[in-house]
Amino acid sequence: MKEEAKPARKKIEATSLMNRIMADYFLDLNQASASGSRKVAWCTSVGPAELLRAMGFAVHFPENHAAMLGATRLATDLIPEANAIGYSPDICSYLTSDLGAYLKGFTPLAKAYPGIAAVPKPDVLVYNTNQCRDVQDWFAWYARELGVPCIGITSPKNVNEVTDAHVDDVTRQLEALVPVLEEITGAPLDLARLKEVVALSRDCTELWKEVLETATAVPAPLTFFDGTIHMGPAVVLRGTPQAVEYYRVLLAELEQRKATREAAVAGEQFRIYWDGMPVWGRLRPHSELFAGLRANVVASTYCSSWIFPSFDAEEPLRSMAKAYLELFIVRSDAYKERYLADMTKKFRIDGIVYHDAKTCPYNSNSRYGMPQRLEAETGLPYLVISGDLNDMRCVSDEQTKTNVEAFIEQLEEGK
Amino acid sequence: MSKPVFVGLDIGASRTKVAVMDADGALIGYAVKKSGTDFGRTASACLDISLKMAGATRSHVERAVATGYGRANVPFVTKTSKTEIGCLARGCSHYFPGALSIIDIGGQDNKIVKLDAAGRRSSFKMNRKCAAGTGAFLEEMAGRLDIPLEEMNDLARQSEEMVKLGSYCTVFSGTEVLESIRHGKKVSDIVKGIFYSVIKRVLEMDSLTDRVVMTGGVVAHNPYLVRMTEELIGREVLLPKLPQLAGAVGAALYARAGEAAAVSQPLLRRVK
Repeated sequence: MKEEAKPARKKIEATSLMNRIMADYFLDLNQASASGSRKVAWCTSVGPAELLRAMGFAVHFPENHAAMLGATRLATDLIPEANAIGYSPDICSYLTSDLGAYLKGFTPLAKAYPGIAAVPKPDVLVYNTNQCRDVQDWFAWYARELGVPCIGITSPKNVNEVTDAHVDDVTRQLEALVPVLEEITGAPLDLARLKEVVALSRDCTELWKEVLETATAVPAPLTFFDGTIHMGPAVVLRGTPQAVEYYRVLLAELEQRKATREAAVAGEQFRIYWDGMPVWGRLRPHSELFAGLRANVVASTYCSSWIFPSFDAEEPLRSMAKAYLELFIVRSDAYKERYLADMTKKFRIDGIVYHDAKTCPYNSNSRYGMPQRLEAETGLPYLVISGDLNDMRCVSDEQTKTNVEAFIEQLEEGK
Repeated sequence: MSKPVFVGLDIGASRTKVAVMDADGALIGYAVKKSGTDFGRTASACLDISLKMAGATRSHVERAVATGYGRANVPFVTKTSKTEIGCLARGCSHYFPGALSIIDIGGQDNKIVKLDAAGRRSSFKMNRKCAAGTGAFLEEMAGRLDIPLEEMNDLARQSEEMVKLGSYCTVFSGTEVLESIRHGKKVSDIVKGIFYSVIKRVLEMDSLTDRVVMTGGVVAHNPYLVRMTEELIGREVLLPKLPQLAGAVGAALYARAGEAAAVSQPLLRRVK
């Protein structure tokens, strides 16, 4: 029998350091844009940020901006602005909320960081369709609106095994970006600097992996909901010493917690895997919902998507190509199922929650029979919840609550 | 105090159902009312009706469990609640022990709950936010056809040539119904098509195991819909004696099994 418990979650001390370095990042970006001291590139979240950073660009990530719009629960009011100019409510709500914010002349950065009035104006837009086609359409809109070049990588999708042919393809595409970017910066690519950035990115993602893997401990010192916040530096500061330093601090804190068996969710009884996007506008309620049921969402596909084990400073461009191709989202269902089976074993998972995000088919893995196949293979019960990353019109709180509570009841009965 | 009773309150989005059970697990009282806008008051009214039927008073209530959308709105059981999925499973397992697939068609949502041989839940599915295939869909369509909801069952039974509705969107289905009216289709044939649409929406939620039970208000009031389901799935559908009460019975069984704190008698007396 479920007693309605007061959620007990443990605060992470390193958060204040993260907030400082994130503030420095946004202020530096703003300064670069306002003063013209450095060229500004907009980049998709999983690359090719390393190349841009090595070439001296200040890098803005529209997906990070869109997630902020979601987390601050402003996206739903902004999305209709984009719908009204022909961008359907059925397409990526990151795209529509970010366009909506631009159309309304709004950014949450202005409220969070005094001195910032708008997102930095780009000199170039650089995408990688390894995640989805929407990023290309998103950047193309800005290219037309702002009159700036839009270049990128058109990635293979649904890849079973990443082959040399795939890597050759993306490497060639990365190489083709270089002269265009050199023309914008007015300086040649410094290979030594690229190697340095790739090495830093590798360090960052390895530390991030270790951070996430502290949650293999029982009880786990970290939740998925913490992870969605603390992955910020791995997204926007990958390739910098600040990100590496931050994850050293965070890892030390979590290792300490692990050693003293300090649980992120007091009285952890159930360990859940989350597949799909977070529901940004419901991060806290969802965190409290699970914690109140003594359930910790200890691992996720989403947070693990910023782990790039193939980055290699000795082969910077080729290893970037490989790393970007090896991502979960780029892969076939056969690969994804193997990955999920391994992850659920590693993190000692009791059940899987799939978030079927209305506007994000690429991150919704419940639409082609995967939950049923994986349940048959692993015996792990699953739950599919309908929702969205940013468009809260697609979210039913009561249905989510009932579904999650009933799922935990089911796990309880099965124990 | 004379013999104690155990109460299950299923506060659904559309209807509130209350079941009163004795210590032997026999259903001795029940009530169903429209949930309305004051869930607590409706629950209280249903409680009194069902207690009266059971020949008991509030002072006989030993434990109570609330379930359904309004489960947090019942003042005397707010600390202990179960989801309607859990209660449905418990209620149906009580009537039909063994492996089961439960199809529940409620006012606002549908569920398919699967139980293993031991009566434990092995999976469940709820409809998405869309109301297609629910009681709300039937209410909307009855409105379009300008017929009372309670006449739908008999009308569907009279159908000779069912009109098939293609869309799974309630709004689009409404347009299809209007189109059928314009084309001079018989109301009975349209109603059967509406029933068929409800069944199809539910069956596409999940696969079914061998034994199938149907519950919920739509099922309770529309036996012809159950017959259509049997024809469609090619096997007999089991029905509890009171299909709409299955969740409330499950909640009462939880209360009887001691999986709830004792109700606060002073609070219970105060609640109107």
